[in-house]
Amino acid sequence: MTLRQISVFLENKKGRLAEVAGLIAREGINIRALSLADTADFGVLRLIVNDADRCFASLRQAGFVAQQTEVIAVEVNDRPGGLQRVLGVFDQSGINIEYMYAFVEKKSDNAIVVFRIDQPAKAAAALGAEGIAVLAEDVISKL
Amino acid sequence: MIWNAHYEAMGRAELERLQSERLGELVDRLYRRVAYYRQRLDSQGVKPADINHIRDIAKLPFLTKDDMREVYPLKLLAVELADIVEVHTSSGTTGKPVVDAYTQKDIGIWAESMARTLAMGDTARSDVVHNAYGYGLFTGGLGVHYGARLIGALVIPISGGNTARQLAILRDFQATVLTCTPSYSLYLAEAAREQGLDFSTLPLRVGLFGAEPWGEGMRREIEAKLKVQALDIYGLTEIIGPGVASECEAQDGLHICEDLFYPEVIDPQSGEVLPDGSKGELVLTTLTKEGTPMLRYRTRDITYLDRSPCRCGRTAVRMHRLLGRTDDMLIIRGVNVFPSQIEEVLLKIEGIEPHYQLVVEREERLDSLEVQVEMNERLFSDEIKQLERSERRIAEALFAALGIQTRVKLVEPKSIPRSEGKAKRVVDKRQI
Repeated sequence: MTLRQISVFLENKKGRLAEVAGLIAREGINIRALSLADTADFGVLRLIVNDADRCFASLRQAGFVAQQTEVIAVEVNDRPGGLQRVLGVFDQSGINIEYMYAFVEKKSDNAIVVFRIDQPAKAAAALGAEGIAVLAEDVISKL
Repeated sequence: MIWNAHYEAMGRAELERLQSERLGELVDRLYRRVAYYRQRLDSQGVKPADINHIRDIAKLPFLTKDDMREVYPLKLLAVELADIVEVHTSSGTTGKPVVDAYTQKDIGIWAESMARTLAMGDTARSDVVHNAYGYGLFTGGLGVHYGARLIGALVIPISGGNTARQLAILRDFQATVLTCTPSYSLYLAEAAREQGLDFSTLPLRVGLFGAEPWGEGMRREIEAKLKVQALDIYGLTEIIGPGVASECEAQDGLHICEDLFYPEVIDPQSGEVLPDGSKGELVLTTLTKEGTPMLRYRTRDITYLDRSPCRCGRTAVRMHRLLGRTDDMLIIRGVNVFPSQIEEVLLKIEGIEPHYQLVVEREERLDSLEVQVEMNERLFSDEIKQLERSERRIAEALFAALGIQTRVKLVEPKSIPRSEGKAKRVVDKRQI
């Protein structure tokens, strides 16, 4: 059970992030989570939103280079050792993590961690076998 | 000091007689021996018998850089291959380089013209010439070498690179004359400062700098930092290499060895010969060369000529320091780079669109070339390491083709300015 993340290429120039945020706001799209990775020259903005299709389309229309990337989102108990359990499953299953970021869910005591991994389907199955919930896209959208 | 006053300070009338005689002999020889030239002259309707005076040169067809690709490698050869003793080529790396094939006599002409150049900086037998131009197919190293040998000076053939060793040799052998690119001289100065070597403690007196565009600002900086008189030298592989023209101590224009290399300045559009003082494209003819003589070669360099007397006593015509190019060629650390070469490399790389811009800067004394490439969906990845890998892959391909290090920068689409539907390819920020 994977989830679509929107990745956007941004040059390290003043105001570019604000422009993306403004565009998304005007479209009435809600950002659930985001992370920004950068080098000296450029950055990649990664977004989890409530409407991936519309977000992707409007970014492309505005001339941004964007991509939909499959990631998985895992609910992790917001207490010591929560993340470690998930990482242990990945480790045992030989799954590599390219990057990850987390956000805290408003309506519960759980944190949600987004993983970009090399084998999303295998990861979801391995987590399921351990009783760790992987969140579907519509669940994230409604949060 | 004038190396060869007979030719360098010859009266105008006598010089014209000499040039006329040499041109007539050259055209006659090329018409007989080089099919390429014979066809060119025939299609222009010119016969060797029509060339009786140096001003008749205007009747002859031009030779262009594009023609040089056509004649690669040795179609212009005017002697038997067995008579060739050395070959040099331009740095033109994609497409075909320009070839200069020298006979024993041509090497002598080169040594003579370089001896004249070195003598402009008063180089004599007692001098030590630290020659940091590259040795190899590039003409810089060996050109200076032959000139210094003819004078009988001590030449240190250090070639380029290894700055720490350069400084040690410069100090240990007490060099008095430095030859290298102007930007490298400043790089040396910077490195010397870091190592606590003070140039004012060295006997270095004069520097002959060329193979790269540089201006008065840079001259002042070099002179202040290296405590030398900085002279500009000019040349190109097609003609002979360095030695075509050089500044004397007056630093007011470069004297062309016009008994050997006949200069004209033309209107680059119409091809019409312009009067002295008018800016245009420099055209050169090798009056005495044997191996691969050039008839009216269009250099694409912009300058103007000045035949007024120079206070050094030489009568040889002076060309102003280069004022620009008629094409988009860039010279980066002595290497000629055309934007079209870069485009060719980029288009061969999977996923790259032909939207790029070149930004040339002079950082820390050395020219740097930044190649900005527009991002697109095929090239994009959500992973930083993939994007960095793409940058490296592009830089490696450019290095393989151009022989220079570039800094590749991925930029957002449409961020490279387009004007009149055509992108502005080159931003040259160098203060020359």
